[in-house]
Amino acid sequence: MAPLDWYLWLSALLFSVGVFGVLSRRNVIVIFMAIEIMLNAVNLAFVAIARHQGSMDGQVIVFFVMTVAAAEAAVGLAIIIAMFRNRETTNADELASLRW
Amino acid sequence: MDLAIVAGKAIFVLLLMLQVMGLGVFFERKVSALIQDRIGANRASILGFAGLGLINTLVADPVKFLLKEDIVPAGADRVLHFLAPCLAVIPLLVTFAVVPFGDVLTLGDRVINLQAAELNAGLLYVLAMASLGVYGVIIAGWASNNRWSLMGGVRGSAQMISYEIAMGLALVGAVLTYETLDLQTIARAQGELIGGWLPAWGILYQPLGFVIFAVAGIAESKRIPFDLPESESELVAGYFTEYSGSKHLMFMMADFVEVVLVAALVTSLFFGGWQVPWLARDGFHFPWGATVALSSPVVAVLQVTAFALKLIFFTWLQIVVRWTLPRFRYDQLMKLGWKGLLPLSLVNVVVTALVILLWGKAGA
Amino acid sequence: MSPAAFFVVAALAVTSALGVVLNRNPVHAACALVAHLFLLAVFFVGLDAQLVGVLQVIVYAGAVVVLFLFVIMLLNLQAEVRSTAGPALVFAAAAGVVTFAVLIVAALRGRTAGADAALGTGYGETRELARVLFTRYALPFELTSLLLLVAIVGAVVLARKKG
Repeated sequence: MAPLDWYLWLSALLFSVGVFGVLSRRNVIVIFMAIEIMLNAVNLAFVAIARHQGSMDGQVIVFFVMTVAAAEAAVGLAIIIAMFRNRETTNADELASLRW
Repeated sequence: MDLAIVAGKAIFVLLLMLQVMGLGVFFERKVSALIQDRIGANRASILGFAGLGLINTLVADPVKFLLKEDIVPAGADRVLHFLAPCLAVIPLLVTFAVVPFGDVLTLGDRVINLQAAELNAGLLYVLAMASLGVYGVIIAGWASNNRWSLMGGVRGSAQMISYEIAMGLALVGAVLTYETLDLQTIARAQGELIGGWLPAWGILYQPLGFVIFAVAGIAESKRIPFDLPESESELVAGYFTEYSGSKHLMFMMADFVEVVLVAALVTSLFFGGWQVPWLARDGFHFPWGATVALSSPVVAVLQVTAFALKLIFFTWLQIVVRWTLPRFRYDQLMKLGWKGLLPLSLVNVVVTALVILLWGKAGA
Repeated sequence: MSPAAFFVVAALAVTSALGVVLNRNPVHAACALVAHLFLLAVFFVGLDAQLVGVLQVIVYAGAVVVLFLFVIMLLNLQAEVRSTAGPALVFAAAAGVVTFAVLIVAALRGRTAGADAALGTGYGETRELARVLFTRYALPFELTSLLLLVAIVGAVVLARKKG
């Protein structure tokens, strides 16, 4: 049985990989994917700690995180499509101002 | 020893499914030929033995596919082009792990549950693998660098995700009736007798659920009448136009494996799975009082045979449906999925829940 | 989950996460994301959270990433030509390292040490999750359903073509 600490190290590592992805990529959709990696790292920490404590609350929280992340992905991608129609670009550098 | 038993079960269910798939391919040729008033392919023979076309379908065709040149179109993404057939076939094959093919086999003091993987969320696992099957289609369409493939791929994946919803909701009715997500428990629960003589198969409790699930299952496997993503006379071959040789064989295999998978799920959920009417673990118990005592291996063999026969029947039924009905237009297809099956399945869930609430599980 | 299995799956998960953030081609990045989400589902099942693991595959790997792939194909995104280099990359890497350090210190300080607690029967199964979900967390559940409705309507309105 892998101890809880290993799961926490892995979760922290995946979260920081996600942070690196958000800050270093220019394509808005890949930034979105890095945000999903961050959310999933947090899910992993929740489930590991719930298992450690023997309670189901962590898993219920993961259920909600998954639902909210799916809703956020849908709306975020709709926003990206709408922006692409106006600006013809998905580069975060060029989408930097609200007026053109 | 436990590992050997699990491996044995997994290999057995895989072989059983592959045999039925091979029979399904043969049926496709012969049944379609009979429906169209012709004989079908029967010329290939080994030493004069042509076996009614068995040699042609089961020996000559696979050999032909395996020996063909593997062509990757110029400008195509090689990695994704290679990955797509794998992603199409693997989720369908692993779904068979949760399909029960018998009750229990008692060898000495060891009781073996005849289901390869005993997950308590078995039905959700089936839905999960169905969701993963979308990737084979969408990546095959994108990786081919061909606009007809892309159109077929996008259409196919949109169709698959739309009908996944109706499929899942049709399953909710069955879950409400049996209060479990495990297919083996659902199959066992269908051995009870209504009124002392009628086997309580799922079709009696969930007729609408069966219709919705069967239609959604045929739509998931993109067979006629729902095969516009692949439409053989419109998009060349749709999303697998640019695939030749073994990769084409993989896609065709995915098609037939899904036919057998839908048949397996329909029998497990709605037609008693491996249940033979009035057969319990120790022999027959007829409603008119007669009993026939049978040993456990004989009972197991009877149950597996019953399961295989039901699989063959529903595979044959899907093939007959394919060669009888015309193809849906794409907007008609999406309308049926979103405006027809989805509200119907929600109505099914509500009515099932009401009936269970008011009359307990005895109501149909 | 046995330590050997943990290390194998963890190595694959980190590799696929790096594959997402480092890959030039967005379709390849999406495929790496699918692999990453599936490996996390493997972790969940190994942690006795069977329902959450299967839901991870259905919702994340089976629906959200398909949505990503649809948008990538709709917008016909090609591989990035101008990559981040120089000071921006150093800043991103430094931010990643700092985040890792802060998180691991906070996590190891905040957790209760000791062996894992004993599990009740049916831990991680659908029945248990449903029992907790519909009793203690009934209000967040209803609010989440409202949120999903808002998201559906909002996404359709935002992505609609004008006129």
